[in-house]
Amino acid sequence: MKLAALAIAGSLALAACASDETGSGGGSGSGASGGSEDGPKIGLAYDTGGRGDKSFNDSAYAGVEAAIEANGGEVQELSPNADASNRADLLTQLADDGYNPIIAVGFNYADVIGDVAEQYPDTQFAIVDGTGVDVGADNVTGLQFAANQGSFLGGVAAATKSETGNVGFVGGVQSPLIESFEAGFTAGAKAVKPDITVQVQYISPAGDFSGFNDPARGQIVAQGMYDAGADIVYAAAGGSGIGVFQAAAASGKRAIGVDSDQYETVGDPALQAVIMTSVLKRVDNAVEAYIGSFVDGSVQGGQDVVNDLSTEGVGLSYSGGFIDDIKSTIDDYTQQIVDGEITVPETPSN
Amino acid sequence: MTAVRKVGATLLAPVLAVAIALVISAVVMVAIGVDPFRALDVMVDFGDSPTQQVTAIVVVLNRAVPLFLAGLAVAVAFRMGLFNIGVEGQYRLATVLAAGAGAAISLPGPLHLVAIIVVAMLVGAVWAGIVAVLKVTRGVSEVISSIMLNFIALGLASFLLTGPLRGSEPGASIITTKDIPESGWFPSLNGLFDALGLANPPRQLYGFLLVAVLVGVVVAVLLKRTRFGFDLRATGLSASAASASGVDAKRMVITTMLISGAIAGLIGLPDLLGSDHNYGTEFTSGLGFLGIAVALLGRNNPVGIALAALLFAFLDRAAVPLQIAGIPSSVVTIIQGTIVLAVVIANEVARRIARRQAESGGAVAAPPAGDGSSPGPGSAPATGPALTNATGAAGRTDPTGSAQ
Repeated sequence: MKLAALAIAGSLALAACASDETGSGGGSGSGASGGSEDGPKIGLAYDTGGRGDKSFNDSAYAGVEAAIEANGGEVQELSPNADASNRADLLTQLADDGYNPIIAVGFNYADVIGDVAEQYPDTQFAIVDGTGVDVGADNVTGLQFAANQGSFLGGVAAATKSETGNVGFVGGVQSPLIESFEAGFTAGAKAVKPDITVQVQYISPAGDFSGFNDPARGQIVAQGMYDAGADIVYAAAGGSGIGVFQAAAASGKRAIGVDSDQYETVGDPALQAVIMTSVLKRVDNAVEAYIGSFVDGSVQGGQDVVNDLSTEGVGLSYSGGFIDDIKSTIDDYTQQIVDGEITVPETPSN
Repeated sequence: MTAVRKVGATLLAPVLAVAIALVISAVVMVAIGVDPFRALDVMVDFGDSPTQQVTAIVVVLNRAVPLFLAGLAVAVAFRMGLFNIGVEGQYRLATVLAAGAGAAISLPGPLHLVAIIVVAMLVGAVWAGIVAVLKVTRGVSEVISSIMLNFIALGLASFLLTGPLRGSEPGASIITTKDIPESGWFPSLNGLFDALGLANPPRQLYGFLLVAVLVGVVVAVLLKRTRFGFDLRATGLSASAASASGVDAKRMVITTMLISGAIAGLIGLPDLLGSDHNYGTEFTSGLGFLGIAVALLGRNNPVGIALAALLFAFLDRAAVPLQIAGIPSSVVTIIQGTIVLAVVIANEVARRIARRQAESGGAVAAPPAGDGSSPGPGSAPATGPALTNATGAAGRTDPTGSAQ
């Protein structure tokens, strides 16, 4: 008994340490790259999930890469520790080492970025998914996305393609950000078929970020939805989305990816076949544009840049050709949102 | 002479374990193409300017305080042979309720702080108390119930945060409780740097460090110098022998878990009172599980736990400069993981060696006999040479007499 207990505790303790492994999964590629003398020294601080999540963080890196190609410069990437308690240290270290601009990936930096930015008034900071207004410093720019608008189109595609009149939404963590995905998806699905059933489930509650990095639980939750009659499930769950795709492949159903074009990034033909489309959040474009305006000297700070359908900051991917036939429907709804005829809710209605 | 041997015996296993872990880590580093000496160089480099160096020390100390408290919470239960894996849930629930209470009440400075601390300790103790009650009344293993209660605590904390205690505006990306007013902030120790003539960095050194030290001293005295501590350690060594000598096992289980939970309730407070001033969705998680590793490494001894917490904090800090130097920060994870494994193995080996010595020495070898007679085929982390030596041979041979 005691031995078993020790084994359990040991594995828990190791798991607590080891979660950093996934956290910095792709971090082995970190280190300064690029090398032009005159370009900006870009600091890039990831949130839990880190490089190699084939989604959000990788997209930010792609944006930096593109910006370096255009403007020269170099990048230093940093990943947080397992419990991400050192977010402030990452930003401080980058600022100390003279990196400017510094881009914090993820809204979790909202709590610390104001304090750090205040200490380094000559450095420009940007926070992806966060706000640069009212953080107590005027050198922070928020890079925001109308995730609800992109998800609305995802809902439209799901409802149009669904044969059972039953679709699902798997959220990673029940945070306000992911709830806006849910709100958009549900609204989009109901706009096409008012009587459609939308199953909604989150992998972990607010405050427990394991839901963004738990494919096993993603698979269980999605399997439950497919078993309950859903034929298309939208995975707004970061790294857990892969589990949703696996459940879709096992049930012969389909799924919708998130943030980056997961049809291209999933890297497994069996899973590729189930990814009908992905709700894109062009973090890469936003990051690239931000660095571009930094190089131009037009970065202001103390404000937010909102990327929505009108700026093509969000949208759907057409890789694989699964939704080519309904493109006109998608475009139609896109136009209505851009024109303001449809207002997409930001919070779930229930 | 015996004192030196005692200290030597206590330190030998963990020091050896850390050394072995470092060797294994170095081999792994070479295998992935990293120069271990350069990595070590980066890890001990605290920066060039005095401000950077002091900041680095503050970062390490601030990280070590919650780790120390977590290790202490686990160790108190360990010493009695109880496995409190529920520290994680206990501190999360305690922190959210303490944050809520701190924001709701308004008291003059020190009283406000005391009130918050008391709430946190009470919540932690009550949550751990459930485990104890289940164990003594229904015989539920504390391992199972405390793991299960972790999930309930996390869910409950999440419900409280998003529901009744929510203080952030709707739509804000991070959900937090209301901010604790300034009278409930723990003053930082940065004045100390001025007094010592050191650079005063912008980063604040948690004043809660003092509370942690105080708790450590209290626990050490409680375990070593009181009747209760003796009963606790005796029960950990042999529950049947202890109860034969008149120790009320059920009462001991409940009291120990309450103390363990009360300490667990403090884990979140350094961050809460020192820098965040509210509990939010991004609040540091996982400290309860790290506490198990820290307690193992520190051999359940308050001083050892303090050293272990500092080591873990030092390694954590190194993760950032390692990445700057182009070395994967997973190096730190590898070192921490191998240390934990090596310590578990070293403790077990040390225990077996001690037992073999005792068996071959028979009745003649007095001090080692104390080690050898430690019965627990299993209470591995709870037993150790230090513990048994401190108990004294008299306690072993004549438990009835000394327990009265």
